[in-house]
Amino acid sequence: MKTKVTMDPERWKAEVLTKYPSKVAKKRAKSIVVNEGDEVKQIQANIRTIPGIITQRGCTYAGCKGVVLGPTRDIINLVHGPIGCSFYAWLTRRNQTLPPTPDSPNFMMYAFSTDMQDSNIVFGGEIKLKQAIREAFEIFKPKNIGIFSTCPVGLIGDDVHAVAREMKAELGINIFGFSCEGYKGVSQSAGHHIANNGVFKHVVGLNDTPVEGKFKVNLLGEYNIGGDAFEIERIFEKIGITLISTFSGNSTIDSFEQSHHADLNMIMCHRSINYLAEMMETKFGIPWIKVNFIGADATAKSLRKIAQYFGDAGLAAKVEEVIAEEMALVAKELEPIKARTQDKTAMLFVGGSRAHHYQELFNELGMKTLSAGYEFGHRDDYEGRRVIPTIQIDADSRNIEEIHVEADPTRYRPRKTEAEIKALVAQGLQFSEYEGMMTEMGKGALVIDDISHYEMEKLVEIYQPDVFCAGIKEKYCVQKMGIPLKQLHSYDYGGPYAGFEGAVNFYKDIDMIVSTSIWKMVKAPWQKESVIEAEYAL
Amino acid sequence: MRKVAIYGKGGIGKSTTTQNTVAGLAEMGKKVMVVGCDPKADSTRLLLGGLAQKTVLDTLREEGEDVELEDVLKPGYRNTSCVESGGPEPGVGCAGRGIITSINLLEQLGAYEEDKSLDYVFYDVLGDVVCGGFAMPIRDGKAEEIYIVVSGEMMAMYAANNICKGIVKFAQAGTVRLGGLICNSRKVDNEAQMIEEFAKRLGTQMIHFVPRDNMVQRAEINRKTVIDYDPVHPQADEYRALAKKIDENKLFVVPKPLSIPELEQLLIEYGLFN
Repeated sequence: MKTKVTMDPERWKAEVLTKYPSKVAKKRAKSIVVNEGDEVKQIQANIRTIPGIITQRGCTYAGCKGVVLGPTRDIINLVHGPIGCSFYAWLTRRNQTLPPTPDSPNFMMYAFSTDMQDSNIVFGGEIKLKQAIREAFEIFKPKNIGIFSTCPVGLIGDDVHAVAREMKAELGINIFGFSCEGYKGVSQSAGHHIANNGVFKHVVGLNDTPVEGKFKVNLLGEYNIGGDAFEIERIFEKIGITLISTFSGNSTIDSFEQSHHADLNMIMCHRSINYLAEMMETKFGIPWIKVNFIGADATAKSLRKIAQYFGDAGLAAKVEEVIAEEMALVAKELEPIKARTQDKTAMLFVGGSRAHHYQELFNELGMKTLSAGYEFGHRDDYEGRRVIPTIQIDADSRNIEEIHVEADPTRYRPRKTEAEIKALVAQGLQFSEYEGMMTEMGKGALVIDDISHYEMEKLVEIYQPDVFCAGIKEKYCVQKMGIPLKQLHSYDYGGPYAGFEGAVNFYKDIDMIVSTSIWKMVKAPWQKESVIEAEYAL
Repeated sequence: MRKVAIYGKGGIGKSTTTQNTVAGLAEMGKKVMVVGCDPKADSTRLLLGGLAQKTVLDTLREEGEDVELEDVLKPGYRNTSCVESGGPEPGVGCAGRGIITSINLLEQLGAYEEDKSLDYVFYDVLGDVVCGGFAMPIRDGKAEEIYIVVSGEMMAMYAANNICKGIVKFAQAGTVRLGGLICNSRKVDNEAQMIEEFAKRLGTQMIHFVPRDNMVQRAEINRKTVIDYDPVHPQADEYRALAKKIDENKLFVVPKPLSIPELEQLLIEYGLFN
C-alpha cells in the first residue's frame, strides 16, 4: 500500500544540501554523485569527515587489528592501550575459523590487551607491554604475536617496534608491531594499508618449503564473515584449485608465510588488500586479478577467470562442470523467490567493496540498487583504478608508511611471459585492474561517499527502499523508520553469503526481509491516526 | 590563599628564583607550599636542604592509590611545605599527564584545605607551555597569578611572550592573570630598561630586577637559598624585596602578547643600539 515517491535524484541532492551550512554543503556536494550510465563522474572520497557529521566510519586501529589481522587464528593479537579498544573489538566482526584439529593454535576467542593505566601513560607503557608479551608467551606458547597501537601509544611515543624486536630476540618467536593509532587516517582504510605493510614486511615469504598443487592461488580481501571462506574453499576443493592462503578469512600466519608460492593472487575486497597484491607482484612476480565470489553469477564468472588464467583444458572443463551442477541448484532455489523479490529496491552503504559486491546478489534477485556508497573507499573503488594517477596525495595519506619493494634477487619469478599475458589480455582477462562500483551501477543511481546520518534518513524517508544494507550503527535508526536493515558487516546472524550456497542463503534471507510486513507495524496506530485533543474545563 | 605559578624559558632560573622568593615570604611569616611541576624534581631542593624528595608520581607508582599526604609533602625551610610532582625519565611517557595526575591527587588528599592555613601555593613549572599537561596549573583556577622569569636575551623574551599567549587563552575561560615579569639578570645591555618596556607593552610590570650574583650559585652548591645561607648578603635583600613586592602586588592583568616583528623591534631598539 506504500506509494513510492520517485524524486529526481538531483533534486534530492539539492534539497539535502540546503540543510547544511554553506561550507559543509560545498564539501558534501562533491561526495554525492548522480551516476551517469556510460561516463563515470568524479567523486570525492577518502577525505576527512566533517566534524559534527555522524559518520559510519571506524578508526585506523579497527582496520588494522579488526579487519585484516582479526581473522587469523595462530597469532596473538595484543592490543597496546587502555582496555576498551580491545574489549569492544572482541569477536564483533563474526569472522569464523576452523582449526584442522582441536589442538591447533587458535587465539581468536580471546581478547588480549595491555590494559594501560594512568601511570603507564605518565611513565610510558613499554615495560608493561614487554610484561604482557612474556605473559602471553608463557601461557599460550604462540608462534606469532602482533602488537597493535591505540591512540595514546602514539601520543606518549612508546616504540612498539623496538619492543617487538627485543622480545622477538628474547623469546625466539615472530613478533611484530603496527603503528595503527586510531587517529592516523581518515578512516579504517589507513589501518588496512598499515596491516598490509606489516604482514608483507614481517611474514610473507618466510617459509620457502614448496607447496604441492597444480593450480596454486591466494585469495585476498576475504574475511570469512559468517563462514564465507568455508563455502569458497568448498568450491575450490571441488574443482581442484589449491588455495595456499586467504588474506585473511580462516587463515593462519603459517599460510601467509608460504603465500609467495602461489601462481595467482585474486582480490576480493580491493580497498583493504590491493597493496599486498601489488607488493607481492613486484617482489615475487605473482600477477593479480580482481574476482568476486559474492553472487552466483559473479562466482561463476570469477571461476572462469581462474580457468582462463591457467589455460588448462582439464581445469576449464572441471570449472564448467561444477558451475553447471551448482547453478542448477541455485536456479531451482531462486525461481520461486524471485517472483517475490522482483523489482524491489535496495540501498547499500558499507565497506570499501561490499557495497559493490552485494549489488550482484540483488541483481540476481531482480532487485534494483537505488543508492550505494562506501564508508572508507577511495576514488579508485568508485571510478576504477584508471583514476589512480589523478588521485591527489594529501597529508593524511602521507601519514601512512609507503614501503619500497624490489624484485627478490632469488625468488622473483614471472608466472607468465609477456606474450602470454598479452594473449590473455586479448582474450579479455584483465590484470591489476578494478573497474570500480560506478561503472556497473545504473543511470540515475545516487552514489554517496561516507554518507552522513542525516543523508541516510533522507534517503530512507524519500525513497522508502525495501531493504537498507549497512551496519549496527545504522540498523535500529533505519528500522524505526519502518524499513528493514540487513547488516553487511556481520550479516546479523546469517551467512555464509559467498559462493553458490551462500547466494541461496542470501536469497532466502532477503526474501524473508522484503516479504514481511512487520516493519510496517513499527508505528503504533495512535501514532498514525489523528487524535482528538481537548482540555477539561472545571 | 594566593595561588601563584612561575613560568619561563628553560634554564632561566625559575626554580632558584621561586625558592629564594619563597624563603623571603617564609621569613615574613607566610605559610607557603611549593609544588614542583618538573619531571626532574629539583624545585624544592634548596628549601629541603638537598633532601631527596620522593615524588608524588613515584609514590603513586609504588604504593598504589593508597597514598597519605605525609608521604609526598615534606616540611622545608621555615616550615614551607614541599611537593615534587615528578614524572617519567626523558623521552618516555607523558609528563604533562603526570602533572595533571599529581595535582589532582594533592587536591584529593586535601593539601589545599583550610586547615592547612596556607597563605601561598607556588607552582614551579618546567619550560614553556608545551602542552595541555604543563598548562594544568593555569587551567581550572589552580593557579591564579603568573609570574614569568625572563632575562634580556632574545629567546627568554620570546618564551615569555609565548607563555603570555597561553595565559590569554586560559584567562578568557578562567581567573588566571599575569602578575608581572621577574627579570633574572644575564647582564645583557640595557636589560632593565628593555624588560621594563617589554612588560609595559605586555600590559604588565617588571616586578623586580634580580641582579646577577655569584652568591646565588654558592648558596645553591650548599643546597640552600641565599636567605638561608647568608642572610646578610645584599643578594638576600634582593629576594626579600621581590617577596615583598609579590606580597603587595595589586596589578593583575590579561597580557597583550606582542607580534614577532614587535618583539624584534624592541630588541633592536634596546639591545643592539649601542
